[in-house]
Amino acid sequence: MGRGWRELCLIVLPTVAIAAWAPNLYGNVLLLFNFVLYITLAQGMNAIYGFTGYLPFGYVGFFGAGAYGFAIAAMAGVHPAAALAVAGGAGIALGLILTPLLRLSGAYFAIANLAAAQAVYQVVANPALAPITKGPYGVSLSAVFAPRASYLVAVALMGATMAAIVWLRNGRFGLALMALRDDPVSAASAGVNIVRARTIAWLLSALVASLAGGAFAWQISVFYPETAFDMSISIFAIVFTLFGGAGTLLGPLIGVLLLYGVYNWIGIAVPQYFQLIYGALIVVLVLFLPNGLVSLLTQRGIRVP
Amino acid sequence: MLYHAVLGGLVYGLYFTLVGLGLNLMFGVMRIVNLAHGDVIMLGAYAAWALFTAWAVHPLLAALAILLAFTAIGIPVYYLIVPRLLRARDAEMLSLILFFGLQQIIEAAATIAFGTTERSIPGRVLGHHPVRILGQVLPAAWVWAGAVSAVCVAALYLYLYHSPPGMLTRAVMSNREEAKASGIDVDRVCSLAFGIALALAGIAGVFAPFMLGSVTPAIGPDLNIAAFAVIVIGTLGNPIGTVLGGIIYGVSLMLMQTFLSAWANLLPNLLLIAVLLVRPSGLLGRRVRRA
Repeated sequence: MGRGWRELCLIVLPTVAIAAWAPNLYGNVLLLFNFVLYITLAQGMNAIYGFTGYLPFGYVGFFGAGAYGFAIAAMAGVHPAAALAVAGGAGIALGLILTPLLRLSGAYFAIANLAAAQAVYQVVANPALAPITKGPYGVSLSAVFAPRASYLVAVALMGATMAAIVWLRNGRFGLALMALRDDPVSAASAGVNIVRARTIAWLLSALVASLAGGAFAWQISVFYPETAFDMSISIFAIVFTLFGGAGTLLGPLIGVLLLYGVYNWIGIAVPQYFQLIYGALIVVLVLFLPNGLVSLLTQRGIRVP
Repeated sequence: MLYHAVLGGLVYGLYFTLVGLGLNLMFGVMRIVNLAHGDVIMLGAYAAWALFTAWAVHPLLAALAILLAFTAIGIPVYYLIVPRLLRARDAEMLSLILFFGLQQIIEAAATIAFGTTERSIPGRVLGHHPVRILGQVLPAAWVWAGAVSAVCVAALYLYLYHSPPGMLTRAVMSNREEAKASGIDVDRVCSLAFGIALALAGIAGVFAPFMLGSVTPAIGPDLNIAAFAVIVIGTLGNPIGTVLGGIIYGVSLMLMQTFLSAWANLLPNLLLIAVLLVRPSGLLGRRVRRA
């Protein structure tokens, strides 16, 4: 049995099984859903940031596009499964439109991506488009409301995303991505088609985020543009990934479980104090542990899946 | 109406030059992205508001005080975070996240200290009557903000191009490693640039209550997007290029608000993306990913 299969059996399958079983043990399905959602988004972020070095600050743009793709299709009377496909299609379409951004490097890319997400939000929320998107007034999908089914869809998506990370970590393609992250010129001269490789990783992470957005729309069924395009969704995905350790399978998972756990434990009641602690945590993290929690082990030569 | 929009846009754009100036100086010198820039502007606005409500300090005087205070605060903050940050493998990316954390701290602290009420300084403080320029009538506060911005740009230009520390700063901008190798105390040069960048943001903040109508602790991120748009259009990493960006931004925003107001808020983002795609290095720029 190869390393990939071992990671799949020992980490991905148990996580999926626990997540699928959890609603029987714990009543707050929405909270569980959010955990599953953030694991998915953090792993989607991991696929692009951990393996190619691009930091999509506007990752939420795909999430929101997926949520609205689902919502518009569902409001038109489409079956939820087909509406999810529309959500994924919306994400891929937006990803293709934004592919030229991959020409930019470093901070340029991050800023342009942030602006792109804002632009999509402003288009969706614009009162002039209210007949299609309901503009700033929000959408209601009570006709297709199905908390249990949408939860299971999210769990399946989480499993698929984690499996994709396993594939990236152990397959030829992921190796090519990491090579071009570390030194694009050498990677190209070694025969890696860098444009194609980058674009595939980019569309993969766009697809993950937009499907997550679709599942989110189905789960909560009433939402506003501000909810679906909330910048903190991007930020959370980045911080969780970074906190655990980008480029690994366990890192983002640990990051979500710890940080989002803390968030729900102390958060909601006094948002400013939480924001203060959270900000300080991020600063300390970047200064003292820039490669994430897993680097505590990898520095000692221990391989972390 | 067209003429008024263009002239108003020029003055407005001059102010937004100041909004982006500090951010661009910091990126140019240290290759780090200050995502908390908008929140430093917000702090400047609250400082001016507090000085005005407590002791009726004139905003121009407040700007002077803020210039000194923010520079003085900026230097130790630089030593606290930046050298450590720049040692990391991917400092440019990590700076985005680090300063996002700082932004959260500042916004939260300001919310705790000042509450979420909208604060403003009465416009009459900067002149009772609107000013006539070239046959058009503009609010006095706008003219003051534009004038102070012009002074700041000129001062930064003189500092960078006609003063010994400015020459060292430009050496660090063009190549940090070589500057270090030729014996320049890079940290000292950078800490000063860091302080000046924060001070410029603070001064921009003094006029924010007038230019935006009012301020709350949450205005930071929006100002940041505007600042990004301005400096990307101008040229990332070239502080003086910011003027071009500011003016293009201001004029096109005014034109949009006059003729197509429903979509005006979309403009900074679209302009930013369009410029990045057509000329990834900004209108006056250099440096793109080569592979």
